[in-house]
Amino acid sequence: MRGLVTFVFALTPILGQAPPPVVAIRNARIVTVSGPAMAKGTVVVRNGLITEVGENVPAPADAWVVDGEGLTVYPGLVDAMGSIGIPEAAPAAAGGFSGGGGGRNAAGALPAPNQAGLPARGPEDRPLTSTWVRAADLVRGNERRVEALRNSGFTSAVSFPTGGIFTGQGAVINLAGENSSRMVLDNSAGQFVTLARGGFTAFPGSLMGTLAYIRQVFLDADHYKKAKELYAKAPQGLERPAYDRALEGVLESKRFLMPAVRGYEIDRMIRFAKEMGVPTMFYGLHEGYKAAPLLAKSGSTALVSLKWPEGARDRDPDDVDSMKDLELRENAPSTPAALAKAGVKFALYSDGSESVSRNIRRAIQKGLSTDDALRALTLTPAEIYGVADRIGSIEKGKIANLVVVKGDLFAERPQIQHVFVDGVRYDPPPPAAAAKPEVTQ
Amino acid sequence: MSKIYSSFLLALAAAGTLRAQVIVIQNANILPVTKPGFKGSVVIENGKIKEMGEKVVVPAGAQVIEANGQYLMPGIIDCHSHIAADAINEGSVSVSSMVGIEDVLNPTDISIYRGLAGGVTSSNILHGSANAIGGKCTLIKMRWGKSASEMVFEGAKPSIKFALGENPKRRGSAGSGPLQGSAGNLRYPATRMGVEDVIRQAFNDAKIYQAKWQEYNAKTAKGEVAIPPRRDLKLEPLVEVLESKRFVHAHSYRADEILMLLRVADDYGFKIRTLQHVLEGYKVAKEIAAHGAGASTFSDWWAYKVEAFDAIPYNAAILTKKGVLTSINSDSADVTRRLNTEAAKAVKYGGLTETEALALITINPAKQLAVESRVGSIEVGKDADLVLYDKHPLSSYAVAQKVLVDGNVYFDRMKDIEERGKKELVKKQMIDRAKEQERLQQKKMGPPPAGARRPA
Repeated sequence: MRGLVTFVFALTPILGQAPPPVVAIRNARIVTVSGPAMAKGTVVVRNGLITEVGENVPAPADAWVVDGEGLTVYPGLVDAMGSIGIPEAAPAAAGGFSGGGGGRNAAGALPAPNQAGLPARGPEDRPLTSTWVRAADLVRGNERRVEALRNSGFTSAVSFPTGGIFTGQGAVINLAGENSSRMVLDNSAGQFVTLARGGFTAFPGSLMGTLAYIRQVFLDADHYKKAKELYAKAPQGLERPAYDRALEGVLESKRFLMPAVRGYEIDRMIRFAKEMGVPTMFYGLHEGYKAAPLLAKSGSTALVSLKWPEGARDRDPDDVDSMKDLELRENAPSTPAALAKAGVKFALYSDGSESVSRNIRRAIQKGLSTDDALRALTLTPAEIYGVADRIGSIEKGKIANLVVVKGDLFAERPQIQHVFVDGVRYDPPPPAAAAKPEVTQ
Repeated sequence: MSKIYSSFLLALAAAGTLRAQVIVIQNANILPVTKPGFKGSVVIENGKIKEMGEKVVVPAGAQVIEANGQYLMPGIIDCHSHIAADAINEGSVSVSSMVGIEDVLNPTDISIYRGLAGGVTSSNILHGSANAIGGKCTLIKMRWGKSASEMVFEGAKPSIKFALGENPKRRGSAGSGPLQGSAGNLRYPATRMGVEDVIRQAFNDAKIYQAKWQEYNAKTAKGEVAIPPRRDLKLEPLVEVLESKRFVHAHSYRADEILMLLRVADDYGFKIRTLQHVLEGYKVAKEIAAHGAGASTFSDWWAYKVEAFDAIPYNAAILTKKGVLTSINSDSADVTRRLNTEAAKAVKYGGLTETEALALITINPAKQLAVESRVGSIEVGKDADLVLYDKHPLSSYAVAQKVLVDGNVYFDRMKDIEERGKKELVKKQMIDRAKEQERLQQKKMGPPPAGARRPA
């Protein structure tokens, strides 16, 4: 029995349950992102926080010291959008007649009571809507994607519930810890909006319908707010506004994430968001290289998917792709560089791509500076979600989310040595474990 | 000194480009449509027709297009089209007036360029006919290469699509679809009677909604505290119809349903702006004329469904002769490229004059869409939306050579032909680069794992 207890204790630093040890990374190159890089410096981590960073900082006596010779310390990367940590939803229940959008909502939304069993007949039925669902209540540390992402240098992610048009409210999470109580940094990262459709027999059945629905929901939320305020002032003699959880969820959301991929779609959604009058960030943006001036002019914030479009692997080799698709595939990776040049505030998100680091390198090959790339993966996402006071750079007092790399993070095969989340060290498996590619001629 | 001089030169050059906005099309056979044809020239300045006549003074610095006797006519206006949009039908509900084409315009749809190449300069993009009251429509100018909002015909009166007959009464089937075996997903209505009921009910609701706002406005005017009514995007456009602020374009086929809709409109005090398709319009032409509705029909397309069995190719001519403002439309990305030939058929079937036939695709649709002060004929002061054909446009051998919108050449056949080879080459190079990229990736990553392949 006693032996078992010792064994568990021995493991605790890795599992992250006991207070993390004091760590000092010495003589390493330190890329702080918020300030100039240091050629040789020391970072001290205590109680999960960065307590010291500088060129002439001594390692404390109680610290576990990492010799940083040949190593570079970066802030932990932030995956700016996705559903990391949310266990993938079970298939929609039998009543999932809303079709393509993935059912009413996999994350727990229920059909409106008066509509149980019937397809939505209009905006009043609040189809494909679960604005009140919070990712913070759904995330799990043992979700399969958490460890994989952490092994590639990510220490935080912004996760949103999936399924539907208004899918719910996002959370900024750290990629370690068992459940939401340890993981969540912010439980109100914004409302995720898609352009999902209900199918031919359930409203909305078209893109037009979805946009009209979103417009009606924002109008209703505005009306709901005014009616409630008026009623709260003097309820006597006034009709009581009916409680609407869908609108409560809208009013709770500080910002809205809306999709746009093609240049003309970006133009469309910029105009749409302006009309809605709500703070909006756009995601997808593979043809952002065409719309960078538009995004800049409108002061938009952009979340660029790193899953660059590719031709289907098993397509008929004789098929000739359309010019539009060929152009998009060739130029999509130049979007981050174009946005940086135009002065658009942008962050990158992994979007479940097979090789995040390769896809970042493709953007760098297309003209994105490594500084801009790093910023779009650290401080910028932290800023746009309002958590830059805690993560996104190596600064005294911030959460000790760090990634320690042998050589350069954006090298062909980045050798990530350690990943620290909340000051706890997680070491990715050595790259040798990966199978060597076979070169066939 | 030299710096000042060069900026002066730059200013001169800028003035030069301004002056280059003057275009003269000379030695053309001009078909103004609203006036008799003549051989002469047209002067275009800042996108408008400034002068026309047998002899004009060519302003200094003007760009001259030598027509060599080719035919110049007003740009074609297609009163019924479904191109340039990412969605057409919101068929989930029988009243979908909350949706609108303008939200989903796709300015990169190649059909715009193809239509342009067929002489079309304006196109009325309608919601589909899946339901009794469809969505809001958008009139566009074919400004290929411009953004969605730049394509919208500025200042055109808003409109909405209605539909009668077979399409809106399709209720779905209980035996298929996600709610198999249940009546729950069947859409009302299932009959023509039901279509009428849906329209009447929608306008009843619109009147109640209108009254709610009137009541609220009266209250607040008196200084009373009141919660404003909820804005209803479905009913707002219908109130606009009631208040004559929005046109109705109604898809219809049979004489009985045409009369039904005219009665409903009379009951609620609004007008049907155009009946679309209206293939049995010739049977009730007098009633249509009495209501003041226009008719936008096909030349000789019929029998593709039961309600189109009684159509005849004389429809456009009969309607015209009975005093109905009539146009011929395409309803198709294909037919829109040769509406001039469609109009020509009205000369053969029904004996319209050549000018009357041309009016079916120019000034008449312009009037139906209430943009006749801007487009639809070649007249001084109107927008320079013009097509230059090599033959008379009613000849089936006529091919559009140049198409202008707002005085800008958006289609030039010679230029298009010249650039084809270059475009092919660009595409080939792009394909080669994509192949190279893929090859490099495979080399780095190894072949895709067997599991990654989808089963055939």
